[in-house]
Amino acid sequence: MSTTSTAFATAKAEGRAALVGYLPAGFPDVEGSIQALTAMVAAGCDVIEVGLPYSDPIMDGPIIQSAVQQALDAGFRLDDVFRVVEAVAATGTPTLVMTSWNPVERRGVERFAQQLHDAGGAGLITPDITPDVAQDWIAAADAHDLDKVFLVAPSSTDERIAMTTSSCRGFVYATGIMGVTGTTQATAEGVAPLIARTKATTQLPVGVGVGVSTGAQAAALSAYADGVIVGSAFVRALPDGLPALAALTEELAQGVRRA
Amino acid sequence: MTTASSSFGADERGWFGDFGGRFMPEALVAALDELTVAWQEAMADPRFVADFEQILREYAGVPSPLYHAERLSQRAGARILLKREDLNHTGAHKIRNVLGQALLTKRMGKSRVIAETGAGQHGVASATAAAYFGLDCTVYMGSVDTKRQALNVARMNLLGAKVVAVDSGSATLKDAINEALRDWVASVDHTAYLFGTAAGPHPFPSMVREFCRGIGDEARAQCLEQYGVVPDAIAACVGGGSNAIGLFTAFLDDEAVDIYGFEAGGEGYDTGRHAATIHAGERGVLHGARTFVLQDEDGQTTESHSISAGLDYPGVGPQHAHLADVQRATYLPVTDAEAMDAMALLARTEGIIPAIESAHALAGALRLAEERPGQTILVNLSGRGDKDMGTALEYFKLGSPDEETGS
Repeated sequence: MSTTSTAFATAKAEGRAALVGYLPAGFPDVEGSIQALTAMVAAGCDVIEVGLPYSDPIMDGPIIQSAVQQALDAGFRLDDVFRVVEAVAATGTPTLVMTSWNPVERRGVERFAQQLHDAGGAGLITPDITPDVAQDWIAAADAHDLDKVFLVAPSSTDERIAMTTSSCRGFVYATGIMGVTGTTQATAEGVAPLIARTKATTQLPVGVGVGVSTGAQAAALSAYADGVIVGSAFVRALPDGLPALAALTEELAQGVRRA
Repeated sequence: MTTASSSFGADERGWFGDFGGRFMPEALVAALDELTVAWQEAMADPRFVADFEQILREYAGVPSPLYHAERLSQRAGARILLKREDLNHTGAHKIRNVLGQALLTKRMGKSRVIAETGAGQHGVASATAAAYFGLDCTVYMGSVDTKRQALNVARMNLLGAKVVAVDSGSATLKDAINEALRDWVASVDHTAYLFGTAAGPHPFPSMVREFCRGIGDEARAQCLEQYGVVPDAIAACVGGGSNAIGLFTAFLDDEAVDIYGFEAGGEGYDTGRHAATIHAGERGVLHGARTFVLQDEDGQTTESHSISAGLDYPGVGPQHAHLADVQRATYLPVTDAEAMDAMALLARTEGIIPAIESAHALAGALRLAEERPGQTILVNLSGRGDKDMGTALEYFKLGSPDEETGS
């Protein structure tokens, strides 16, 4: 059973959406990212996404690109992501890794899955690939009891949405806009059709991310989605300190309870 | 023109053996599917094929001649034939690809094109095609490259394109591709991505090959007509690999023809400062395809190095990876110094200043000539060297008069 799905179900039982928070591992450094993610858990995130810094992230806008580059410039290594996962997962909050594909393939899909499992990670979110090319990862995830979170987009056909959701475990990630992270704002009206089309194919919870940054948006989106995913806004808040990060988390946590 | 070009082509999902495929965000899959269908329909439409051939002939100066470089041949000890893509409009083979993709864009009813560029050649070609077809054009170029290649930025400006300097990552070609893909995710309903090489996600490696394969189709026919034989060996430079696959395709099923791709060996393969991606042989996924990638042990892309900006790319087209894997083609590194020597040699023996990219193919061919005295070696002279005069000026310390008159 997926602990991630359970976290979504718990939120649903409370009559609200789940809050999913993202930060890259190693930003501003490995210890700093652990402290920040732990603070986000304490302030109300239900699920955590740990970003794996990669040299060529095509789904990320300038805010996350810059943070990830900072992590790489500071000497981030792949194994550091498992340290961060282990520390955050120890809080009991489901902790997934969000990563571009090449680092997983480079480590070896099976070995990556084993290491993620050993660190207590819940699974992987893979924004730059689709299930069509992920047979190895799907097999490794199933062998190691890990969540497989693939994305659906406003441009996806119904047929592809069905194919994608049938390969997911944990939740389904619906992109709120056609675009990259931290640029355009998603609207409830804009994303509602995608959520409806996705829910028509699956019992899995559906989270909305890309283009979500404020409590007001979280509230509006919670009327349609089972979860609200925020990344760039946390990255922007972190340099202002842990209190600022906690305040943003609380604003968003109130948002998902306001629908 | 056909889409099923040889037994070395891709399957319907874009796999060349273990390489290629489509490793892309779901947001772009619908557009890539749409492009695949539109391209295949276009290639099956005699009107599209005729339009493309007419534009190439009347506007781009194609077919380019096949030229027997006699003085160079005497020096080399083998018969060296040059496919003169340097004579095409905009100065390189790249015009074939952009005119094909832009004609397809018009057919699909899209109004805007985006492109990435390294040194600026593909950017200039894209801006040219956009001007020709009346399309809005944005070119992404690493900020390191916009500074190094200001003249090409000016050419794109003059052609009416918008040039965006990319600061992220290493601020070079790979980052320009990333940024173009990010633009495309947000603009895909009205924008076509004119990918500059035979790499990237399916259908780009196959589509770019088909738009460029006239190089080899023409060269093979010209060689037979002019000399009554097919060459013993053919040679092209390989960065992403569009000129090379454009040459190789017509010869893949000619078992007697040996095929050579020459990669940028930079300061020497052993120094680590090179762009010899296939020679390095590390498999990975970059820009939408599984191929060979210059990367560290964590899978982070490492920076490539070459004196030639057009070869300075840490990935390579997946069909080349496959041709190397099944040993149908041989890929070898050529250093900066070897390429520059070949550039100077061609200038002085034949009065042709090649692009530094193409000089890698030439340097490789000169090596082959030593092993193959008297044989016929066909080299794709993929571009001209006008754009490289700044580099040549610095490298050879040119630009000063040899003598002065008067006091």
